[in-house]
Amino acid sequence: MDNEALKASLLPLNANLTFEEGGEWVNVFVPYNELKPLLKTLQGEPDLYFNYLFCLTCVDWKTHLTMVYHLTSLKWQHNLVVKAVLNRENPQIETVCDIWKTAEFLEREVYELFGVEFLHHPDLRRLILTDDFKGWPLRKDFEDPVNMIKL
Amino acid sequence: MLNTISFEAIKTAVQQWLNMHWGPHLAFIAECILIGLLVIVFFAVLGLLLVFMERKVSAVMQIRLGPNRVGPKGWLQTSADTLKLMLKEGLTPDGADKFLFNLAPFLIMIAAMLIMVPIAFARNFQIWDINIGVLYISSIASISVIAILMAGWSSNNKYALLGAMRSGAQIISYELSAGVAVITMVMLTQSLSIQDIILSQQNGWWIFKGHIPAIIAFIIFMIAATAETNRAPFDLAEAESELTAGFHTEYSGMKFALFFLAEYINVFIVCAVAAILFFGGWMPFHIGNWEGFNHIMDYIPSSIWFLGKTFCLIFLIMWFRWTFPRLRIDQLLNLEWKYLLPISLANLLLMTIIVVLKWYL
Amino acid sequence: MHQVLSSTPEGIFTINVGPQHPATHGVLHLVITLNGETILKIEPHLGYIHRSIEKMCESLTYRQFIYVTSRMDYLSAHINNHACALCVEKGLQVEVPMRAQYIRVIMDELTRLASHELWWGAMAMDVGAFTPFFYAFRERETINEIMEETCGARLTMNYMVPGGVMADIHPQFQQKVKQFIAGYKNKIAEYNELVTGNVIFQNRMKGVGYLSTEDAISYGCSGPVARASGVACDVRKRYPYDVYAQVQFDEIIETTGDSFARYLVRIREMEQSVRIIEQLIDNIPEGDYQAKTKAVLKLPKGEFYQRVETARGELGVYIVSEGGTTPYRIKFRSPGFSNLSALNEMAKGGKIGDLVATMGTLDLVIPDIDR
Repeated sequence: MDNEALKASLLPLNANLTFEEGGEWVNVFVPYNELKPLLKTLQGEPDLYFNYLFCLTCVDWKTHLTMVYHLTSLKWQHNLVVKAVLNRENPQIETVCDIWKTAEFLEREVYELFGVEFLHHPDLRRLILTDDFKGWPLRKDFEDPVNMIKL
Repeated sequence: MLNTISFEAIKTAVQQWLNMHWGPHLAFIAECILIGLLVIVFFAVLGLLLVFMERKVSAVMQIRLGPNRVGPKGWLQTSADTLKLMLKEGLTPDGADKFLFNLAPFLIMIAAMLIMVPIAFARNFQIWDINIGVLYISSIASISVIAILMAGWSSNNKYALLGAMRSGAQIISYELSAGVAVITMVMLTQSLSIQDIILSQQNGWWIFKGHIPAIIAFIIFMIAATAETNRAPFDLAEAESELTAGFHTEYSGMKFALFFLAEYINVFIVCAVAAILFFGGWMPFHIGNWEGFNHIMDYIPSSIWFLGKTFCLIFLIMWFRWTFPRLRIDQLLNLEWKYLLPISLANLLLMTIIVVLKWYL
Repeated sequence: MHQVLSSTPEGIFTINVGPQHPATHGVLHLVITLNGETILKIEPHLGYIHRSIEKMCESLTYRQFIYVTSRMDYLSAHINNHACALCVEKGLQVEVPMRAQYIRVIMDELTRLASHELWWGAMAMDVGAFTPFFYAFRERETINEIMEETCGARLTMNYMVPGGVMADIHPQFQQKVKQFIAGYKNKIAEYNELVTGNVIFQNRMKGVGYLSTEDAISYGCSGPVARASGVACDVRKRYPYDVYAQVQFDEIIETTGDSFARYLVRIREMEQSVRIIEQLIDNIPEGDYQAKTKAVLKLPKGEFYQRVETARGELGVYIVSEGGTTPYRIKFRSPGFSNLSALNEMAKGGKIGDLVATMGTLDLVIPDIDR
C-alpha cells in the first residue's frame, strides 16, 4: 500500500487523527489516550497488518514529549509512524507490550531515559542505568555537572 | 640381561645396598621414604611435562606456535607458570567452609598419588605388585569425586556447586562402564594383578589377540576415562563458558595448581592403565614366531615401551579435547546409561563366551 | 553446617551470569532463575557499557557523529557508519557517486564476513570447542589487513562520510580482495567439516533455543535470528540501499527456528557475502569517491529514518532535525537489543548448556545493546 492509500485507510479508524506532511512515510498523530486501541487495530486489521514494531522512542520538544512508534508490515511491506503527544510534567501512556513483545524492553528504555510512565507495563524498572539514578537523561533540561562537558 | 642400566637393575642394587647396611626394618622404612620422594618428584616433572605437551599439542592443532619464549623452544614456560602460581596468594573466601575448602585440593592429589602404587613402569619395576591391582585402581580412582564434591560444596559458590554436582553425576556413571571394560579384560587374563596381566601379553598384546570385544572394551574404556578425568568433550564440571571454572572457581594460587596438576596426573594414570590392559604395559611388541624381529624389539628398554604407549594414548586424549565441542549434561548421561553401559555389558557377555570356548590365542 | 546457599524451599535459586563471564562476550549481566540445571527465567541487566551515544550525538555535527557509531556495534563498524551516512544523505538529498557506492557495499560485505567469522569462532568456543576460534581468526586477520590498508584502522574504521567514502581505495585493494575470496571458498567447506557436521555439535544445537515465527516478529527480532525462524526481513532485499538493488544474492531463510538454524543461516550468509563481493569487485566504476558536499552540513527540518542490514540484523538510524548543524534527537534502533529481549523466550525450560548455545547463536555485541 502506498502512502496515499495508507492514509485513506487510516482515516476511518479514528476521528482525531492528524497527519504530518513531508516525511518519507506517513506520520500520524493520535491523542495519547486513544493510542492503544488504534495500534491494536493497526496490528489486527488484515489489510494493514502492522505486525512489526521496529522502533519505539520518544522525543523531548521542551514543551511536550512525543512518543514515536515506527511500524512496518512484513506482509505488505508498508511503513507507518504513529506519534502521540504527552505532557512533560506527568507523562503517562498505555503500554503496547501486549501487542508487540519487543515493546517491553523498548518501553523500559524510554521510561528511564525520558521518564514516561507506561501504564500496565508488567515490569517497569530501570534497564540500563543504576537503580538509584536521578533524573531523565535524554530530556533536554538534564544536567549532569560531572559527566557532561558543555562547550 | 639385555639392558645393563635398567630400572630393575637400579632397584635391585638399591635394595641390596640398603639391606646390607641396615636391618630389614630400617631398610623397608628407608625404601618407603625413597619411593614417596620419587613419586612426588615424578608427579612434579610429569605435571610440567604434560602441561607443556598439552600447550604444544593444542598449538599445533590451532595453527599457532604455543609457548616459545621462556627457555629453548619454551621448555621452561610451565616451570615459570608453576613458580608464578606458588607465589600467588591462596585466597579462601569468607563464606567458605575453611577446613573442607583447604582439604579438597590435597585429597584430590592424594587420590591421584595412591593410584600410582600398582602401576608397572618397567620390567619388574613396580611399587607394590598387589594381587588385586586392577580393583585397587578402580576403587581409589573414585575417591577423587569426593574431593571434587568437597571443593564445590565448601566454596559456597553456586557455580562451584553446579560444577561439583555435574562432576559427581558424571564420574559415578562413567565409572560403571570403565569398570565393566576393565572386567572384560580381567576375564581374558584371569588375574587382577598388574604383573600377571602384563606377563599374559608376552606373545601379543590383548588389543590384537583379544578379538573384537577387546577393541570395543578399549574404545569404551577410553571414552569413560576421558569422562572420568573431566576432560573435554566431557569437561562439564569445569565448563568454562557455562560455569566459569566449575568446582574450582574459588581456588587460586597453589591450591588451584593442585587441581590442575591432578587433572594431568589422572590423565597419565588412566592412559597407563589402558596401556597395561590393552597394549601390554612395558611388554615389547612381538609378532608370533619372528625371532629376529622380536629380538630387536627386546633391545628397546621396557620403560621406553611403557612411557611411549602411555604418551601415545595421552596424545589421543588431548586430540579429543582440541577437536570436539562439549556435551550437555543430559546428553552426557544418556550416552553412558543408554549406550555405553548396555554395549559394555553385552561386550562382557561376548568376552565370556570367547574365554569359555578358548577362542583366543 | 552453616547456610551455604540462599535457596527457596523448592530448590529454586538465582545465579548471576556476568557482567564478567566467558559466555556473555562482554559485560552483559543475566540474572537466571534455576531449578537445578533447568532455567526458569532470564532477566537481562544492561548498561555496563552504556555511554549514552544518543545524547552524545546531540552535540556533535553531522560529520562528527558518524565516528561515534563505530563504537556501537564494533564488529559492524562499516555498516553502522554506512547507515548514518545514508541517513544524512537522505536529508541532504545528495547523490552518491557510483564508485563510492560500490566501495561501500564491498566494505559492508567484508565487514559482515569478518563479523560472522568472529561469531563462528566465539560460538564454537561457547559450546566447548576451542580450535575453531583460531581458524576463524586466520581469515579475519586477512580481512582486517585489507581494511587497514584502505581505511588505516582495523576495528573502528570511520571510512564512510556523508556523500561517499573518506578516501579512495588502496591501489592493490581489488587484487587483495580477489585473492582472499578465491581462498575463502575452501575455508567455508573446512568450517563445515570441522564444526557443522560434528555429531556432538548438532546435538547441542538442534532443537535448542527455539523461537517461533510469531515470537520472532513480536519480539522485533531481525537479521539471522529472525531469518532462522522463517521471517523474511533482510533489509538488503526489502529496502535496498546503494548498489544492493543491482547485485544477485539469496536471502537465506530457515524455518526450524532453533540454534542450528541460526547457525546455518550465518554460515550460508557468508557464502552470499562472497557472492556479492565477487559481482562487484571487478566492476568498480571510475569516478569520484565522494560527492561534493558543503563543509558544514545542515539538515532541513524534519525526520529521517534509514535502516541497513548489519551482521546482527536491522540497524535503524532515526534523526530528528531542527535545521541546525547538529541532530536534535537521534535514536539508534539496534538489532541486538531486540534480539536480546527474545532470549528469555528461547532459553526458558532449557539447561544452562542450552543457554550458552542459544546466546552463542544470537551473536550479541554488548556495546550495540547498551549504546
